[in-house]
Amino acid sequence: MLIRIVASTALCLVSCVTAFSARAADETPPLPHQEWSFDGVFGTYDRASAQRGFQVYKEVCSACHPVKHLYFRNLSDLGYSDDEVKAIAASYQVTNEQPNDQGEMYQRPGRPSDRIPGPFPNDQAARVANNGALPPDLSMIVKARDGGPDYVYGLLTGYKEPPPGFNMLQGMQYDVYFPGHQIAMPPPLSDGAVTFADGTPATVPQMAHDVVTFLTWAAEPNLEPRHRTGFKVTLFLIVVAGLFYAAKRKIWAAAH
Amino acid sequence: MADTRPGAGSRIIRWIDYRLPFVAMLQHELYEYPTPRNLSYWWNFGSLSGIMLVVMIVTGIFLAMQYTPHADLAFDSVERIMRDVDYGWLLRYAHMNGASMFFALVYIHLFRGLYYGSYKEPRELLWILGVIILILMIATAFMGYVLPWGQMSYWAATVITNLFSAIPLIGQRIVTFLWGGFTVGNPTLNRFYALHYLLPFVILAVVLLHLIALHRFGSNNPLGIDMKGPQDTLPFHPYFTIKDLFGLAVFLLVYSFFVFYAPNFLASSDNYISANPMQTPNHIVPEWYLLPYYAILRSVPNKLLGVILAFGSIFLLFVVPWLDTSPVRSARFRPIYKWVFWLLVIDVSALGWVGANPPEGLVVTVGQIATLYYFVHFLILFPLLGKLERPRPLPFSIATAVLQGGGGAQLGRAGAPIARP
Repeated sequence: MLIRIVASTALCLVSCVTAFSARAADETPPLPHQEWSFDGVFGTYDRASAQRGFQVYKEVCSACHPVKHLYFRNLSDLGYSDDEVKAIAASYQVTNEQPNDQGEMYQRPGRPSDRIPGPFPNDQAARVANNGALPPDLSMIVKARDGGPDYVYGLLTGYKEPPPGFNMLQGMQYDVYFPGHQIAMPPPLSDGAVTFADGTPATVPQMAHDVVTFLTWAAEPNLEPRHRTGFKVTLFLIVVAGLFYAAKRKIWAAAH
Repeated sequence: MADTRPGAGSRIIRWIDYRLPFVAMLQHELYEYPTPRNLSYWWNFGSLSGIMLVVMIVTGIFLAMQYTPHADLAFDSVERIMRDVDYGWLLRYAHMNGASMFFALVYIHLFRGLYYGSYKEPRELLWILGVIILILMIATAFMGYVLPWGQMSYWAATVITNLFSAIPLIGQRIVTFLWGGFTVGNPTLNRFYALHYLLPFVILAVVLLHLIALHRFGSNNPLGIDMKGPQDTLPFHPYFTIKDLFGLAVFLLVYSFFVFYAPNFLASSDNYISANPMQTPNHIVPEWYLLPYYAILRSVPNKLLGVILAFGSIFLLFVVPWLDTSPVRSARFRPIYKWVFWLLVIDVSALGWVGANPPEGLVVTVGQIATLYYFVHFLILFPLLGKLERPRPLPFSIATAVLQGGGGAQLGRAGAPIARP
């Protein structure tokens, strides 16, 4: 009886796993894994790539998507000097948080302590400008999607013609990696959409790679100190564990 | 080594100890405390759990200084901690992964108790206090998970509180009462925050009772036989302090791997989207440590019965000392139970896998078989095995088994377990 239950449980598990993987293969191919500078124990953000990514965000994505959790001052993490950060901030118009002494809200050039302003004053305005769809905030997007950076890269480079017989809704685009494949966002990147100051050719995969590096930094700005601290903590603990083990051996030597 | 016998030490300590025997108590319970000399590393998980509770309380208090318990501000305040508070990312990731580590330690501790029969006479209350701690932990973890007010926070709160609506007649009123409104909202978040701050201190109090009960008869051991005298024991310090410290360093390595290199591995990506009552996530899945209960809940077609069985699966543990009728504690000497124990481990793992997957097709079947087995294991196999199984002969004493003839034979003597005043 028991053996039968175990056997059938094991059988079920095996067949489930194969059934699921087979079905998944029909729908969405596995995400292509990219080489990311921030992968691994010593991963850091490639500053040049992240700066190009910020340019792609600023010139392309920011037409519809905010990065609510980012302040201009954060950009100094990407290797911009204080003057460059001030210049970037000043190129934006932001609404002052407090009204002026006439009681009116007013616009002024941005400062490093300001949040990077989004394209729309509120979600309703964003929806009405985008055919009813709400462009999500991008400051957390890499952490907010299964697959993380590989998923966002896959999505940006995954626009294809729909397969024959696929029923597309009005105004939707076909994307290989988007759940359900119908995405309201038109293909955001096209070759040459931006001109990189460092001469890097602005191909779609290059821009996708750079903007994902930027967005991963936006979602996890403390990744580098985390990796550095983690390395020190791990080394310390290995030494301490070794010492404790030696002490334990010595103390217990007579007790066995 | 410093002389730490009662009454020793400085005059001030002696003055205090005469009136309040605190140092003497520490001396008694942490230094001399006689501990079975044959404890394996499976006995490290109790003290590790205790240390983890302290880590959770300390990181939690510092997080609370920066967190804002308001439905409109909670999500952003957590991000603020992650980005702008000095080492906020460390506090937050240590707390978030600490919950998972705490449960992993406690589950290993619990299964160790099941394998070696640590719940049997005279340690029934010790076990029951442990089950109370587990229930308090589940409640605390659930409410803590709601605090970041992400999508999964909001919807987990909705699903779990709605379980109470299965209670006939008054269910819906209870749910409204729990919410403090007609949906999960700001009042819910506020009360969960208050309780999430309170419950860990309740856990701490129950842990102290757990320790008092433990120190009455001392630890069980891999042989499951009583300590019969000093030859079976070693003083807690330095033998077990150093063993626990080594275990702690190894555990911290695992913990810091998650905190520093895979902080979101055990988390749901949906919880990085702020709560949206208008949009349900595709799959609402609890944290891994609650998946088996969730699987039991979903395996029963009737909601009320599902809720009863899911809660029952935990409450069942209270009566385990009386369900297990075998006079032998350790599975080492129980030829059938030794294998049946691993069936339970496989069964609970299968339930975890079922809880993580959408309930379709074979997942449902596996879930129902595994749910059935869980209850059969405790309610039928436990009492039955005690009657049918023929245990192997027990060693004469811990000392004879450990020292293999050496000093054991001359020192060992039969007698009642040492009860400590």
